[in-house]
Amino acid sequence: MGAIRKKIQDQDLEKIIGQLLRTGVLVSSAVVLAGGIVYLIRHGGQQPQFGTFHGEPDKMKSPGPMCRAIRHGEGRPLIALGLLLLILTPIARIVFSIFGYLLEKDYLYVSITLFVLAVILWNF
Amino acid sequence: MTVLVFSGLIFTGALSAGLLGSLTGLGGGVVLIPLLTLLFKVDIHYAIGASLVSVIATSSGAAAAYVRDGISNIRLGMFLEVATTVGAVAGASLATHLSTAVIAIVFGVVLILSAVLSFFKNQDNLVTGPGSRLTQWLKLAGSYPTPQGRQNYTVKNVVGGFLTMNVAGVLSGMLGIGSGALKVLAMDSIMRSPFKVSTTTSNFMIGVTAAASAGIYLNKGYIDPGLSMPVMLGVLVGAFMGSRILTKAKVSQLKKIFAAVIGLLAIEMIYNGIHHTI
Repeated sequence: MGAIRKKIQDQDLEKIIGQLLRTGVLVSSAVVLAGGIVYLIRHGGQQPQFGTFHGEPDKMKSPGPMCRAIRHGEGRPLIALGLLLLILTPIARIVFSIFGYLLEKDYLYVSITLFVLAVILWNF
Repeated sequence: MTVLVFSGLIFTGALSAGLLGSLTGLGGGVVLIPLLTLLFKVDIHYAIGASLVSVIATSSGAAAAYVRDGISNIRLGMFLEVATTVGAVAGASLATHLSTAVIAIVFGVVLILSAVLSFFKNQDNLVTGPGSRLTQWLKLAGSYPTPQGRQNYTVKNVVGGFLTMNVAGVLSGMLGIGSGALKVLAMDSIMRSPFKVSTTTSNFMIGVTAAASAGIYLNKGYIDPGLSMPVMLGVLVGAFMGSRILTKAKVSQLKKIFAAVIGLLAIEMIYNGIHHTI
């Protein structure tokens, strides 16, 4: 009985993880597309400058400056926000898995997943 | 060339890369970076950043379908992500200290290995039975759908697979690729999981591995929104098309063509790296 129950929960978990990944990708690409349209309207006629590396300003990197620039109607920070949401998608999947394994009382995998999450978040 | 034309061309190239990458399980990054650096003369740091972002999109987009169909082995993936994320952080930190020439040469060598590897992994494994004590403790056995119903399997050589995944993680973090070929090798040839399980679980893991180095790339300014936008959207459309075809298609012929293309790109990357023209 216990084995059957675990099986069902595993498959439920898989369905929800699939949905989570799909939603994350759809939402982030919609935001990237919206930002892309604004960017191409504002800068579409200019010359691309990707030949030499010069880093990125804060408004392309951290959420605070990003949102301020978006309110000014800038396209690229909006793309950056979408990219940030995309990066957060697999991280959200990890967080969700922790709750899933907690429900299953699989503490070995709760620990494994927490470790993976810690490694990822340590660098943000 | 204006930004508008440039973005359109990049989108088209990225779409092709995403489609091929998803079909072959090798990921879009392996052709994207040579495409961006050699053809479009993009600095390799920006190319790596855009590629990494697209790798997350490819992985998450295609994985959504595989996970829902119950092909991926989620526990196997999660356990091996310990190895890949630690490796990815080390690789991304390393990349920030290397010159573009060195990165280009390492990239070329990895490309050639990926191309060669893709010829060695067409075997369809099936290991049944209880498996080792480590396999049982980690609950790595699973089942996947076949036309005759769900087939049970287990895996071997957990330690060897784990160490190979660690190397895959380092390369992913260092070069902004998914390291799909090496991930599939670790599961398919070393751990002996069935081929479809290996490719789809690899795809599932790639996003998490890439997210581990994305933080470092973001802080270093490798991820340029203007470049990443057409790359990500193109790869995503391509990967979506690929995920629709994969469960039906025979990919061995395609893999040979793809391997030949990335082999040629690799030689050009190494040549440009040695002559410092990248």
